[in-house]
Amino acid sequence: MMTALTVTAMATANPLGRGLSATWDALRLDRHGLRANDFEDAAIKTWIGRVEGLEAEAIAGDLADFDCRNNRLAVVGLRQDGFEQAVARARDTYGPNRIAVLIGTTTSGILETELAYRRRTPSGELLPLTVRYRQTQNLFSVSEVVRRHLNLQGPVASVSTACSSSAKVFASASRLMAAGLCDAVVVGGVDSLCFMTLYGFASLGLLSSGPCRPGDADRDGLSIGEAAGFILLERREYSDGDLQLLGYGESSDAHHMSTPHPEGIGAALAMERALGRAEMKPIDIDYVNLHGTGTPANDLAEDHAIWNTFGDRTPCSSTKGRTGHTLGAAGITEAILAALCLQHGFIPGTLHTTRLDSRLKSHIMLSSERHPLRHVMSNSFGFGGNNCSLILGKTP
Amino acid sequence: MQVFVHGVGIAGPGLNGWAASRPVLAGLSPHRMAPTLRSIPDILSATERRRSSHAARLAVTVAQEALLAGGLSGHEIATVFASSDGDGDITQEICEALAGPAREVSPTSFHNSVYNAPAGYWSIATGSRLASTSVCAHDVSFAAGLLEAACHAAVERQPVMLIASDLPFPAPLNRIRPVEHSFAAAVLLTPTSDGAPLMRWEISLQPRHAATAFPACLPDSLRSNPAARCLPLLAILARQEAATLSLDYSDDSDLVVLCEPGA
Repeated sequence: MMTALTVTAMATANPLGRGLSATWDALRLDRHGLRANDFEDAAIKTWIGRVEGLEAEAIAGDLADFDCRNNRLAVVGLRQDGFEQAVARARDTYGPNRIAVLIGTTTSGILETELAYRRRTPSGELLPLTVRYRQTQNLFSVSEVVRRHLNLQGPVASVSTACSSSAKVFASASRLMAAGLCDAVVVGGVDSLCFMTLYGFASLGLLSSGPCRPGDADRDGLSIGEAAGFILLERREYSDGDLQLLGYGESSDAHHMSTPHPEGIGAALAMERALGRAEMKPIDIDYVNLHGTGTPANDLAEDHAIWNTFGDRTPCSSTKGRTGHTLGAAGITEAILAALCLQHGFIPGTLHTTRLDSRLKSHIMLSSERHPLRHVMSNSFGFGGNNCSLILGKTP
Repeated sequence: MQVFVHGVGIAGPGLNGWAASRPVLAGLSPHRMAPTLRSIPDILSATERRRSSHAARLAVTVAQEALLAGGLSGHEIATVFASSDGDGDITQEICEALAGPAREVSPTSFHNSVYNAPAGYWSIATGSRLASTSVCAHDVSFAAGLLEAACHAAVERQPVMLIASDLPFPAPLNRIRPVEHSFAAAVLLTPTSDGAPLMRWEISLQPRHAATAFPACLPDSLRSNPAARCLPLLAILARQEAATLSLDYSDDSDLVVLCEPGA
């Protein structure tokens, strides 16, 4: 059994809004954050979820060199929900060298490099200063920004396991704490819109033509979104109603680079391992936030895994019709949505989905319901067959 | 945290496998510069050999070598992959395609573009369904990977394969991020001394002091490769000597490894 870690602060900026309050309002009112693709000049007929206003929010001051869409999104996220103040309090308590930073991302600031390629010289050279490699393109840049913005000096790394990246950071955080290397961890995920993911998923035929419809009989792919999310984890005495990380489960499919195992074997293993660490049975989980991308293969494979683990009694839903698939930020964004559901006793319906695929056997909720929750699971699965499930709970 | 080192794999310029590299790293025979071998690891199936990129094959090559030396089977080993720059060939190819009029990205290149692509190929090759984590910390990615791997071994009580790899970017990105030579290394780590470990490593973070010097027996040009920052540690392993080594970790701390020769 793992030592439970207390969630002492959360912050989010996602297509539903900036901050927990805006996000909760959109969630409970079944308002989604998707729109017809209007990202730069990407001429792809799909829907996306974007965070408004990033274009006008350049990073100034000491971290100005790090300015790019992804790092702007990171800083916007950090400024929400009193997160900086909560970290400052933890810094005073433990010391800056005892607080770690682990951030998931898949594309970091690659957008800067993509745009620089359009401005190459006639001989194909990149113009000097158009790519600040370390500060934008390299996957570590977002972790450096977060660590420096929060004045922390503990262990630090970016984790990049495709769409499970910012779920995996919870597992690594738990290990750092168990090994005694730190007393608190800022876990997070930041991924922003770029051409690589839009055109890449289009090349695989995985983009939905409208808002994604997870689990729908007529689903035709995913909607890409962008988000930043952060959680401060501490190992401390909890008070009533505190949110806690109770379990994590990691696995590899060992099957295919971009297609999930058809029977969801890896996904089921991740869920079983999370239950094992939390010393729980499937019946103890009151709600599962699915990976639920809306691609034909993912939803079918995940359904197999859910069915084999939970049968048809545990309510499940995908929130990707609300936020879009925020890729390297999906794990943290959905952990935060799941935490809001726990706090408010709410099971979100699967927006845009009208007619469930008759092959799906698990208990997929189409409409939202008020329902007291004690323990929730959040699933994140990525290319390369990398899976991670988290269990969050609310202390009685 | 302590871990025990079992198998080692290495592929770099004039460093072709552990058996051949060990006397070089120990200072017993001179280093001879030669391009890093572009091998195709036979642990990959024919399909995966065809689909995988050069970067993924390089990482899998050293992992396979460490696996064969370590006396464990692949499916009982978790993995940590560390790289600063990921797959530069794929990044260049996709950025080039996106700057063109058609913006046609190859589906194979896109799925190979994920940072954890080498991990995906490795798990398919070995059948390992255990945890796999891919980490990046720019120039200190090896140290970050070693910390993640040691934590995994110590906390989860599982064997862990740590694989570090970095390759030069092609033009034009090579001017922006100059890395010379392709280099990869793998070490198989276990939480207990069972078997016949080569070394015991006691790993901790300490306030920043001074990093251990790069082995003098190796060419300076190798220092530009982030994954090659493991070489001071591998040199101690090659010499089988008791030593304490510091690796650059952050502006504030070093990763310190106390090395004790095997039983």
